Amino acid sequence: MQPGVVVLAAGNRSRGDDAIGPLLLERLAARLAAEGRGGEFELIDDYQLQVEHALDLKGRRLALFIDAGWRTPAPLAFYAVAAAPDAARGSTHELSPQAVLAVYRKIEGAEPPPAFVLCVRGERFELGEGLSGPAEAHMEAAWRHLTLLCGKPDAALWCAMANNSERGAA
Amino acid sequence: MSRSLETAEHPETLRRVAIDTVSRVEGHGKVTILLDEQNQVHQVRLHIVEFRGFERFIQGRPYWEVPVMVQRLCGICPVSHHLAASKAMDQVVGAARLTATAEKIRRLMHYGQILQSHALHFFYLGSPDLLFGFDSDASRRNIVGVAQAHPETARRGVLLRKFGQEVIRVTAGKRVHGTGSIPGGVNKALTREERGFLLADIYQIVGWSRDAVQLIKRLNAQNPALYNSFGICRSNTMSLVGPAGDLDFYHGSLRARDANGGILFDGADYRDYPQFIQEEVKPWSYMKFPFFTAFGKKNGWYKVGPLARVQNCDHIPTPLAEAERREFVDYCGGMPTHAPLAYHWTRMIEMLHAAETIKDLLHDDDVLGDDLVRSGERAMEGVGVIEAPRGTLIHHYRVNEDDLVTMCNLIVSTTHNNQAMNEAIRQVARRYLDGREITEGLLNHIEVAIRCFDPCLSCATHAIGQMPLAVELVDAEGQRVHGLARNADGSISSATQ
Repeated sequence: MQPGVVVLAAGNRSRGDDAIGPLLLERLAARLAAEGRGGEFELIDDYQLQVEHALDLKGRRLALFIDAGWRTPAPLAFYAVAAAPDAARGSTHELSPQAVLAVYRKIEGAEPPPAFVLCVRGERFELGEGLSGPAEAHMEAAWRHLTLLCGKPDAALWCAMANNSERGAA
Repeated sequence: MSRSLETAEHPETLRRVAIDTVSRVEGHGKVTILLDEQNQVHQVRLHIVEFRGFERFIQGRPYWEVPVMVQRLCGICPVSHHLAASKAMDQVVGAARLTATAEKIRRLMHYGQILQSHALHFFYLGSPDLLFGFDSDASRRNIVGVAQAHPETARRGVLLRKFGQEVIRVTAGKRVHGTGSIPGGVNKALTREERGFLLADIYQIVGWSRDAVQLIKRLNAQNPALYNSFGICRSNTMSLVGPAGDLDFYHGSLRARDANGGILFDGADYRDYPQFIQEEVKPWSYMKFPFFTAFGKKNGWYKVGPLARVQNCDHIPTPLAEAERREFVDYCGGMPTHAPLAYHWTRMIEMLHAAETIKDLLHDDDVLGDDLVRSGERAMEGVGVIEAPRGTLIHHYRVNEDDLVTMCNLIVSTTHNNQAMNEAIRQVARRYLDGREITEGLLNHIEVAIRCFDPCLSCATHAIGQMPLAVELVDAEGQRVHGLARNADGSISSATQ
């Protein structure tokens, strides 16, 4: 049976703090396996979000996008996200989480599952670099947040946590 | 006054427009345009920050790690780097010829990559401009806008991309970070179940690829004047061709033609590429400008990629794509076209060829074989060349007696096309911007020309919160006098002073 929750982590492990998403996902996979809960979650690791990731949302009750952020709140931001298109871009090759949801809505003719973003601030993204010092600290905070989320994968609860995060940020 | 538009005579007297597609790492691009008081264009340059740090990343690593490691250089076409590095390391391990199974599995992986990349480019990056128009509402010019107005087209684009990814998954072992290709061969073949899984959809994929060629032909027929002239830049071309002069993305020798289609060189062993390709450094760009040594910097630059490949080969070895190639050649009057929008047409012909080839390979029992690896006399150097989705990709390595890489040189497709992209946007600037107030629609004309070549500007990393695309007019003293800004969500707004 298909897992009800999909976690999509975007990033390149060889580009400094861009590794935050894949590293968090790897840690989550180990935790879930140890707890015997691997079957509840589909974990997907990719360089960037693309149109085909819309198909990974099919049949899910909850979706979480994890990505490194640049000049985003430290240590992390957690928020609900709704379908919205990306306007024309120069020549980049990635979609935002909002656009992935919008693609799902158009090609499936249905509303996507409730979706949330865990955005962890990074500082340096050079090829061949490891995690920066600040990013390691941000990732630890994100890990604590992620374990809370995956401890109770419930849309209403995640909404409340997202609202609390926004109020905290304000 | 010079009209080459590469370098203005008195830049200090001109206003500067910067189209800045900045991301926070290597691989970003920027266009700068210098205008005088009457908005006459004097200088246009595309700056692409070349992928720095390759050598530092690779040197000192064991050679057998390289085919896997290099996938992290680029998140857009990791399979191309995986295979180009593998081909170079085949020479290092002395595998002069791969087993039939190994070569066919690699081909299957590569043609899956071509299929998914071309589908992504056309349906996501290219089609919004072509279906809605270059000046259309910017908020519609995206994949979601395409899905709204042309839902079946958008759905097929997503599923074509997905199928290509599945081909990569079953041949490389994983959807990303695959390990399927190794020095001397591959580490897995297909199972009968995997073959059956792909065969279930391949005929639909071939059909949709045929339809995609018809779609681009219809769009072309609606406005041939635009498609045949927009951003046109005559140049030499280069690509790999197979032993019979056929289109081959995986292996062959290098062939180059001049702008009229005459052969400049043919049958060239790609391991000798340093003898006939040099790279010029220009002070205003991080990215080098390659040229054919024998023809010099001024006349030796060239195009690569779908438009070059389809016109460079003598035929395509699958029937549906070959029929489309012939129609394309006839449409062009038997002479090469140099119109950047023709990249889209040829890209779709190549996608059809990739789909047909995948079908043929899936019906070949060699892909189920168990003879996977060859080796021979160890060598200290290897050069791997492959036709990546965007064009010729060169990987060159030297390895010491301790099996560690001591030298690495990569020439990626976007570098080969550097001069051609610059010439294309200069042509567009002359035609559409000269003497006019800059608007988002005019700005998009520049971007349309760049998108035809599909440069890899966003290499591998995409964090949330990228810098926006900014368009600014700056006077000679560096003061901003007027501007447009592309916001983080891609929308365009007026910038305040």
